[in-house]
Amino acid sequence: MKINADTGRCVGAGMCALTVPGVFDQSDDDGTVVLLDPEPAESLREAVEQAVRLCPSGALSITP
Amino acid sequence: MTEAAPRLMTFPTARERPFDPPDELGRWQEETPVRRMTYPDGHEGWVVTGYAEARAILADPRFSTRPELLHSPFPQRPIRQEDLDRLPPGFFIRMDPPDHTRFRKLLTGQFTVRRMKLLEPRIAEIVADHLDTMERMGPPVDLVSSFALPIPSLVICELLGVPYGDRERFQRDSATLLNLETPVEESRAALDDLFDYLHDLVLRKKREPEDDLLSGLISADELTDREIAGMGLLLLIAGHETTANMLGLGTFALLTTPAQLAVMRDDPDSVENAVEELMRYLTVIHFGLIRAALEDVEIGDHLIHAGDSVLLSVPLANRDPERFADPTVLDVTRSAHGHLAFGHGVHQCLGQQLARAEMRIAYPALLRRFPGLRLAVPPEEVPMRTAMAIYGVHRLPVAW
Ligand code: SF4
Repeated sequence: MKINADTGRCVGAGMCALTVPGVFDQSDDDGTVVLLDPEPAESLREAVEQAVRLCPSGALSITP
Repeated sequence: MTEAAPRLMTFPTARERPFDPPDELGRWQEETPVRRMTYPDGHEGWVVTGYAEARAILADPRFSTRPELLHSPFPQRPIRQEDLDRLPPGFFIRMDPPDHTRFRKLLTGQFTVRRMKLLEPRIAEIVADHLDTMERMGPPVDLVSSFALPIPSLVICELLGVPYGDRERFQRDSATLLNLETPVEESRAALDDLFDYLHDLVLRKKREPEDDLLSGLISADELTDREIAGMGLLLLIAGHETTANMLGLGTFALLTTPAQLAVMRDDPDSVENAVEELMRYLTVIHFGLIRAALEDVEIGDHLIHAGDSVLLSVPLANRDPERFADPTVLDVTRSAHGHLAFGHGVHQCLGQQLARAEMRIAYPALLRRFPGLRLAVPPEEVPMRTAMAIYGVHRLPVAW
């Protein structure tokens, strides 16, 4: 599983960092998403999918 | 494609029960998630009560939030050109991208999950101080003025760098501003007063910078003083009234469902879900959100034409049985994640992680400090904020 994050679309709402803190963080500068772990373990799939769904701007996607 | 003739209907705002949206709206939802509605100015617009449809529209860049494009669905509050001309600069919730993006990005760095975590000890301290004061005063106490209102107010004032001594002026002005029944002249005066105050504060901080959000915006050097003041105004109002009402109304709801209250008080692991569920169930932005279509858009089997205004009834979307099972039941153990109480799309609440932190700290602290917390008046005597833009209770007399 590979996560793609589009910082141009990201509105810095932090749903990702709240949902899976070890995988997503936010930049101190403009709050946009920072991928701590772009290819997280399969065990995190459900949580990562939840973060993708909750993201309000559609900035996140997963390639299997 | 259905294009039924619009029917003249007034958007219902009168509630039968304090925690449930008007029954009439529920009937509209049962009929169809997207329906036509003739607005008070004669505009033939729409009202949306379905979760999926509301979420889709909020995420869709073909819908605008610019006030000059919107028709007001509320007879008490028409949108007037003179008011639009007076919107402070930097009021980015009323802008579309890319203008909106420019302003919002300057702030998002200050509201990250990590920064809000750093604020948690300070929030816990403020909460504990207020509980101490309540204990000293002894019952009965008005929970709104002694707990629900001052806590978020203090937190946002600290974040912005508004001196403590000035906050009474803010509470007064922002209450005037958000009351739908305030005469136009008065709400303008309140807005102007707040703006002038913040503009002065920005000039003061320019000379003597401190470690706060306003000083940070000044040193970023991307905005005019007036734009910074406008953004400060927006954050003050937004950060103040919404969380305060969630704390007051949420406590009222918990006090009327003791089993739910007990779960939240006794099980620390329940707090995260409980806060989301209270937000879903109570949805304090009770009139909803308005958007205008910039081009023709198909939503479900309806064609929304360019120029049409759409009222998204967020309370009903959050009680859509297609999305949430038994939506009219408060169940603090369910996962209500994905609710729209913070909005959705590019305008989704910027301060939501701050609001969550405040609620996750304040509710359990209150319930644990006073395990015997109860209403000090019969529930039907609690005055509800029916006419206010943000729903809640005016007062909540409690004892323990
Ligand atoms: S949830 Fe989406 S919009 Fe919010 S910070 Fe993460 S990527 Fe950005």
